[in-house]
Formats: sequence, structure tokens, C-alpha cells
Amino acid sequence: MQRTKGFLALLGLAFVAALISLVPLWYLGVQSLSQGLQPFLDELFQDRTLSLIIRSVTLAICVTCASVIIGTFASWVITMSGLPVRFLLTIAFSLPLAIPSYLSAFAWISWQPGISGFLGAFIVLTFACFPYVMLPVSAAMSAINPVHEEIARTMGRSQFAILREVVLPQLRRPIAAGALLVALYSLSDFGAVAAMRHEVFTWVIYGAYRAGFNPTRAATLSVVLLAAALALTYAETFIRGRSDAATSGPAVRRRGRNRNSRASFIAIVGSCLVLVPAVGIPVVSVIEWMTRDTTRNTQWSSVWYASEQSFFNGIVTAVVTLLLAFPVAWCAVRMRGILAVIPERATYITHALPGIVVAISVVYVGIRAVRPWYQEFPLLIFGQVIIFLPVMVTSIRAALEKTPATLEDVAHSLGSGTMTTLLRVTIPIALPGLLAGIALTMLAAVKELPVTLLLRPTGMDTLSTRIWDFSALSDYAAVGPYAMSMLVLAAVPTALLGALSVSREQK
Amino acid sequence: MMSSSSALQLNNVSHFFGDHQVLDSVNLEIQHGSITALLGPSGGGKTTLLRIVAGFERPTHGTISINGVVVADPHIWVPPHERGISIVVQEGALFPHLSVSENIAFGLKKRRSPEARARVKEMLELVGLPDSADQRPSELSGGMQQRIALARALATQPALVLLDEPFSALDAGLRETLREQVVNILRTAGATALWVTHDQDEALSVADAVAVLMKGRIAQFSDPVSAYRNPETTEVAGFIGEAVSFSGTVEANGTSVATRFGSIELLRPQSPGPTTVIIRPEQFELVKTDNPHAVVTGEVLVTRYFGHDGTVDVRFEDGLVITARLHSRLLPKVGSFVGVLVNSQVLSFPV
Repeated sequence: MQRTKGFLALLGLAFVAALISLVPLWYLGVQSLSQGLQPFLDELFQDRTLSLIIRSVTLAICVTCASVIIGTFASWVITMSGLPVRFLLTIAFSLPLAIPSYLSAFAWISWQPGISGFLGAFIVLTFACFPYVMLPVSAAMSAINPVHEEIARTMGRSQFAILREVVLPQLRRPIAAGALLVALYSLSDFGAVAAMRHEVFTWVIYGAYRAGFNPTRAATLSVVLLAAALALTYAETFIRGRSDAATSGPAVRRRGRNRNSRASFIAIVGSCLVLVPAVGIPVVSVIEWMTRDTTRNTQWSSVWYASEQSFFNGIVTAVVTLLLAFPVAWCAVRMRGILAVIPERATYITHALPGIVVAISVVYVGIRAVRPWYQEFPLLIFGQVIIFLPVMVTSIRAALEKTPATLEDVAHSLGSGTMTTLLRVTIPIALPGLLAGIALTMLAAVKELPVTLLLRPTGMDTLSTRIWDFSALSDYAAVGPYAMSMLVLAAVPTALLGALSVSREQK
Repeated sequence: MMSSSSALQLNNVSHFFGDHQVLDSVNLEIQHGSITALLGPSGGGKTTLLRIVAGFERPTHGTISINGVVVADPHIWVPPHERGISIVVQEGALFPHLSVSENIAFGLKKRRSPEARARVKEMLELVGLPDSADQRPSELSGGMQQRIALARALATQPALVLLDEPFSALDAGLRETLREQVVNILRTAGATALWVTHDQDEALSVADAVAVLMKGRIAQFSDPVSAYRNPETTEVAGFIGEAVSFSGTVEANGTSVATRFGSIELLRPQSPGPTTVIIRPEQFELVKTDNPHAVVTGEVLVTRYFGHDGTVDVRFEDGLVITARLHSRLLPKVGSFVGVLVNSQVLSFPV
């Protein structure tokens, strides 16, 4: 492989991105061992730590099992049930991904004030996480060749037997991959468990940081959480990497419309049972908050201000993330050898970092290393970039992989150097993918809570912090306009973009 | 020096991927204005050799010069965009985000200048697609796309055009027409070309010279006729065209060989002794069993009818099966017995 100047510049930038991603790990190492190994071990082997682990794992397992059932059912509805308007259903089923977990948690609480703790967290997380199972499983389902089912039918199998003997065995890997993702997200989610006051890792870490101001305990618990998250991430990549072999041959025939009335009935009733709690309750609650009689006038100017801040924050985060993620993805796709893989692996580790851990690490790094930036805008961006790098790298990678390497070879042979080729060939072809990456990151940054909460500059209010602050006071009438703005500006576009990219992949 | 130098010269080029040797001391010289086919089985190192010439890979050992200028040796390495070489690859080679004329102009210095416009027009006419300047690559058929890819490669007047199995993604009928068109375009442009292919017919019909690359070595480098008629090794003989091989003994005179088919004249004199005889299907003649010249007879196993001609598999008593190619009118009946003659000079290689 050639080593031109442009090449080395890209590799250098990729390593800068990798170093930024590793800041939280560095902090955790330093902080958890700051008083030596013994305090770290003492903190680790306490009864309260053990019961914390049990509570967190129980929640993760319950959420995962429930999500697998709901997610697989939803995939069946949108790929195999033969219902019309499948595209609309796909959007509806992916909407929960776009609704921030703290927002649906507050919706449930305002509707059923008694709900809290394990049950509340379980309900909210399950209905928020099942799309992580649905997305890989529905992709695999639509790749299953209907011919297999027809052959099974000619051999005298019933519909149900076909599902059990032919379809489900082909879905083992995508279901497992989705389940691991759900487990990862339910372990690292902050918003839902915080709203439900359920004492699992993220909420306790936040408490140790905020109330107790016990950095060593926060760091020690973070290390445990990170270890679990890394194990799940590793297992997920392992399974996903092997699942490609399971897809069937090139000529997959399109599925005809199924006229089976019993299947349609099950699909319709089941979809309602899923969509009402997952989408209906949050959306209806927000509308109801808006119409609540309120003694004071809504401060529309501050709603506007918060939306503006959220958007500005989102755009800056997305652009900075793109600039750092591009070299990482480019090296991973176009270079060979260990050097090219290191940055991508490094950023992928952060995929397992719960937002609250990133937030606390960046706070401490801010206080110690870049004091002038503490509680300033750049540090907030810094924290968010760490969180969104892995997703951005993955989406740019996918876009770059669609640009055949031979096109770059041809451009080189026609006299373009590395950088010129990047500007004239690679980026223009990957542009739709890059724009989608920017849009998705921007919307995700608007919804993000823990990092914004801890790192926002004094006086800065975004939609997410406003919703958090007012909901904590149960002032839902005040939350209404902010929540509505969040749904309209972030959640719906996220769901649309997600559904579009899924349907494009399936074509 | 410059005027007498060849367009491309490879001296002792070897290449390794890790411990695996892909190219082994390759020497190759390509003359200005010639078309050289680089022929070989899949996995023989053809694509690696092409990528090394283009500059996408740096050879482990050896020297490469283009027009007498060294572009790669242990100390020098010229990156691909400074080599003045252009490539035409299998498929999907056009930039999808650019129009046809923008694709052709890609390598030109001032892309919007009148000169560049004129050059693009000239190239479009050369490849016979003068009206497609504003079309998108996706609107063109596979064959048209390859002609535009060729126009783009020739527009910069490169020292060398590399064609990497340019038609392997197209169907057979189209391939043959396009092959002739491309050869005509290359000849008209006076271009020097290195044409990588695994298709013997393609190599023999398009090239001035054929380099056979097997197991990382140049097994033969000659004109197409010699490559077919006078291969230097049994492997080359077996790879270029079909052949039956069996053992025989070179007679004392050194010019004929004693075989089961009787004494046959040799193409190349050889010292007496045991040898491997190579016979192509079209060298066999099938006659009636009572023909006085027929030394052996065999049973017809299979006949294959191809329209104009056909092939016959004949099995002898000891189990040897040969394939003969005949005019389709002469195909015998399956199960009948025929006499087999060899009616021209044959190749043999000492055992």
C-alpha cells in the first residue's frame, strides 16, 4: 500500500479521534485506583454493590426477554404477515427508538403516578428497546427465501410448524445480536431508570457523583458497568460478524401478499397491543400536557430558545463528530494492516460506554486538564462527540463500503492523489450516507440527556434539560411545550430517517 | 535511450503477500503501440502483476520502468497518479456521480477548457458513442459503459493502458463484438496496452504478444500463433486450448515419435527416449476400422454436437480416452468402433 502525505494525514487524524474516545477509559483507570488498589476492591466487594449488580442484571434480563418476544413479533408483522401499509407500520414500530426514554418514563408517571421502581423501568425500557431486536430480525426475515416455506408446505407442514421449523431457526443469530444490544442499552440507559428512581448502575453512579460527591465510588461502579457493557458489545460483534453466512442465495423472490385472515387478525391486534404503550402513551401524554389548564402563560420565547440551543448543540456535535469519524472509517475501509484497525476498535469501545460514565469522566478531565473549558460549550461538544463517534463511524463506513475501491484506483491512475481522489470521487459518492449520518447524529444529540445535564454551560437550557428539570418537579403542564417541540423536531424526523434507511437497505 | 526504450519493462519482479509468493522473478517487455495479453488461470498472479504495474502495490523485489523511466525499484517508488498509466477494470468502473463527458474529462488537466471539451468529443467519436456526452453512466448498457471507460483511459494519452479482464462481466455474445471494437479503438489511438484475461480465445485473438503467467512465473512469452502451436511446456499446452497427453518414445532419428497411433512426425526434433506427446482434438482423424492406416480402433463413448462442428470421445481397450474435433457431418454413432489417425506434426516434451 502506498504511503503518500495525504494518507498519513488521514491516519494521524484517525488516531486523534481514537485518543479522544479513550479519554473516559483513562479517567476511569486513574480515578478508580487513585487511592490504591485496596479502596477500589473494598468499594467493589460490598453488600450494596452486590445487590446493585443483582438489581441491574435482573432488569436487563427481564427487558431483554420481553424485547425479544415483542421485537420478533413486530418483525413478523412488517415482513411476513402480509398486512398492507407495511411501510407505515415499519415507521410506527421504529418510533420508540426516537422517543427519549426519560420522556416516555415521565409520560407513564404522569398517567399512572403510582408507577415507579422496577416495574416502571421494565415497562419503559422494554417498549423503548424492542426495535433493537426488530431491526436486525426483520432484515433477516426479508432475506429468507419464501421458497423454503413453500417446500416445507408441500411436505405437509402447517403454517405454525413452518414458522417453528423453517423460519425461526434461520433467525437465531439476528435475534441473539438484537438481544445483546437490548441488554447493553438497558444497562447503560440513564433517563428511564432515573425518572423511575430505580437504583441500578447508572442512577447510583449519578447519585454518587451528584449527591454524595464520591468520585471513587462513581468510578469503581463505572468500571463494573463498563466491563459488563464491553462483554456484551464484544459478544454482539462476534455474533453479527457471523450472521452474514446465514442469508440465503442471490435470487430471493419477493413475498406476495398473504390473504390469511387469521394471521392478519393476530397481526392487527398484536400491533395495537405493542404500539399503544410504546408510542400512544408518550404521544397522548404530551398532547394532554399541552392542553392542561395552567395558571401561568407558557413562556414560548424560552421554548424557542431551548429548541434553538438544542439544534445548535446538535449541529455542532454532528459536524465535529463527522470530521473525526471520517478518517477513522476511511482508514478502516481502505487501508490494510493493524495500524488501520486500531482507531476503529478504539472508537468502538466507547460504544459500550454509558452516557453517564462519559459525562462524569469529561467533568473530571475538564476540571483537571482543561480548566478554562469547564462548564463551557467546547467541553459539552467534546463529551457528546465521544458518545456519538462509534455510530457515526459505522454509518460512514457503510457509505464508504458502497464506493468500490476500484473507482479510487481508476482516479489514482488518472492522476489524482489521495486527497484529490477523496474530494472528487469518494466524498461525492458517499455524500448521501454522510448527510444521513450527520442528520441522525444531530437528532440523537438533541435527545441526549446525561452528558448535556452534567456538561452544559451555566445558563444553557436545551429541550432535554428543560424536560428533565420540569418533570422532576412533576410540573407536566410546563413540560408540555418542550416535549412537543422535542417530538416534532427530533423524534419524528429520526423515525422517518431510520425507516427510510431500512427500506433502502431492503431494496 | 528514450526512443529505443520499451513502453513497459519488468526486471525480476517478485511479490509476496506475507509468506505467500505471488510473483516469482517476472521479466516482461512491452513494445510501443503493441497489445500484449497477460493470460493465466485464476490465482496465477495476473491481477497482482497489473496492480504492481499501476502502482497500487509495491513489488517486494525487482525493477519496473515505463518509457525507460524507473517507477519502482528498491529505492524508487512513483505513486500511481504520477505514472501516466490508465486502467480499465471489469465493471462499475465509471464514476456514478459524474456524466459521461465528465467521466472522460476526469484525468484531463483543465477540465473546462475548450481543449478538454474537444478531447472529450474526439474520444466519444473514437469509441462510437458521440451522442451520449450528457448521459449518466447508469443509463448506459454494460458494453457502452466499458467503451466509455476506455475513452476515459485513452483521453489522457497514457504511456500504457491496463485492461483488467474488461469483459468478464458481460455475456458471451456481446463480449466478442466488443472485443473487436476495443481492439480497433486501441489500434486507432496507437495505444500500448497490457490486457489481462483468463480467456484463451480472447488472448489469442486480440494480442500481438501473449504472456502466459502460471504460478507466479511467465511460462511463455511469444506471439499468439507460437503460444498455441508451439507451447514451451505441457502446462502451457494444456492451458491454451484442449489437449490429450500420453506417453510415447522418440525414435532414433529424433524427428518422429512411436505412439499407439503409429509413428508420428514431431514438430520439434528431440533426442531419442521416452516422452510425453501432446495432441490437440483437431489433429485426430476418425476413419473406418478397416482403413489400412488405422493402427488402433476404439469405441465411441460420447458425441457432442455444436452445430458447425462437434467432438467425439473415443475409448481404447486400455482405458485411454481421447477427444477429437470434427466437422459435425462426420460425427460417428455412439457405441460404434472407429479407427483413429493422427495426421499432422505433434508436440512432445521429454519425460
